[in-house]
Amino acid sequence: MSYFNAVRVRADVPALTRVINGHPITYLDSGASSLPPRAVIEAMDEYYRLRHANVHRGVYQTANEATDAYEGARSAVAGFLNAPGGGEGVVFTKNCTEAFNLLAKSWGAANLRDGDAVLLTEMEHHANIVPWFQLREHINIDVRFIPVNDDFELDLTNFDELMKGVKLLSLTAMSNVLGTINPIKELAARGHQHGALVAVDAAQSVGHLPTDLQDLDVDFMLFSGHKMLGPTGIGVFWTRPEILNGMPPFLGGGGMIADVRTDGYTPATGFTRFEAGTPMIAEAVGLHAAVRYLEGLGMANVHQHDRELTIDAISRINHQFNGRVKIIGPTAHANRGGVISIDIDGVHPHDIAQVLDESGVCVRPGHHCAKPLMKRFGLAATARASFGPYSLVEDTDALLEGLQRAITFFG
Amino acid sequence: MSNLEELYKEIILDHYRTPRNRGELPPPASKTEGFNPLCGDELTVYLDVKDGVVADIKITGHGCSISQASSSLMSVAIKGKTLDEVREVLSKFKNMMTLEGDVVDLNDPANRDVLRSLGELAALQGVAKFPVRIKCATLAWNTLSQGLEEN
Repeated sequence: MSYFNAVRVRADVPALTRVINGHPITYLDSGASSLPPRAVIEAMDEYYRLRHANVHRGVYQTANEATDAYEGARSAVAGFLNAPGGGEGVVFTKNCTEAFNLLAKSWGAANLRDGDAVLLTEMEHHANIVPWFQLREHINIDVRFIPVNDDFELDLTNFDELMKGVKLLSLTAMSNVLGTINPIKELAARGHQHGALVAVDAAQSVGHLPTDLQDLDVDFMLFSGHKMLGPTGIGVFWTRPEILNGMPPFLGGGGMIADVRTDGYTPATGFTRFEAGTPMIAEAVGLHAAVRYLEGLGMANVHQHDRELTIDAISRINHQFNGRVKIIGPTAHANRGGVISIDIDGVHPHDIAQVLDESGVCVRPGHHCAKPLMKRFGLAATARASFGPYSLVEDTDALLEGLQRAITFFG
Repeated sequence: MSNLEELYKEIILDHYRTPRNRGELPPPASKTEGFNPLCGDELTVYLDVKDGVVADIKITGHGCSISQASSSLMSVAIKGKTLDEVREVLSKFKNMMTLEGDVVDLNDPANRDVLRSLGELAALQGVAKFPVRIKCATLAWNTLSQGLEEN
């Protein structure tokens, strides 16, 4: 049974007790990184204090405990995603970016040929763009983009045309700039009709929306731990075990081998093949605790909470600032995530963020690693506020007061 | 004075709202582009050097108040100056940006002299207290420095 109360969540997060410039912290940057609850911090602490040993090697008790803890995290992640094939398709990476590099440089390099196409969208994070351009330096692939329309949604008018020759459709479940939630299930089905595989960047969605891989029917899902209340230093690459078994190794070294001789090596099978070197054990333990914590809250509740805060914030911004503060993203009525990018005519996002910092309000100015999207809307940067399950309407109050101060200050 | 007022001195806000020497110069003026990849700020500095003197300078681009004001103040400070004088201002400015704002002893006559010699540019001294914003203030100067090398 899940139970959700944002005030209780807030009390679970030590970082939210900080006082910044004389003000209690107003953390509105969960889109960049979320704040871990005590359960995550304590699980990692307990691991290092009592159980730490290297995994998969020792025969002694704590080594077994460490291995169980690491592999337990893999199963927990698979359960959280309702992954077909369970933990067999879960590879732990450093972060979501590394997961995309694994996708492009292992699956892509082995499966794409000159003339094949990869279809992305204009609202992708650089993590789902640059590895494809890097692959293009070796294989002559065509990297295409689904355009974004003026309502900040994917323009699917020419989707079938764009899908010609596409071997992989790789897109975000939720834009880290716009808050747009893409119709993944529908696009996965359409992508499969064209014979392509479908990869989903779930960095923004997995900690904010319910995720059911069996229902979505996608082929790859990639995300990081630290945007879902977990620690930094761990990400997830998931694919169907049958696809994983056909992928060549990515990083080489210890742990990923079946045999090493003086004349060559044989890689291990399954996820082990992709986890070279000592893995991020404590981080996996932390991610496991984050998964349990989110399951306790209920992902439908987390999404509903984001929605309520977002609808309230957008309508108050529109009402209070009379169009002076423009929201770069879908309206409050759309099914969107809790990411609100704003643009104020005459006040640069960096200056907005600086004024907000004065009262302890944390937002992110910049291009949010989505330069093609910024260019699409003729912007160099936005200031972005993003919610987490610990956000309260008081955070929006502080944001609005800060925006008013920025406008007054810069005129 | 609050931290914010120290950062955004009136002179900075004035140069942000009404930037001086905005625009482009045709060749043979040199054209140098500067980027701040982390925040997306972009500047282009056009430099017309005749007989070792900056006869004209124009700047285009976009960015935050600090980067825009700094480029505007820079253009005023170096226009009509010899290249040697420009290099001296450049080095003094960069030194000012590396001084920790709150440890600069303004009672020290040497520091006072440096700041006084920088004139209006000294208004940017408050930026040094905000490490993240130093790159905003130095973007125009780094671009200028690159332009001078190419000249």
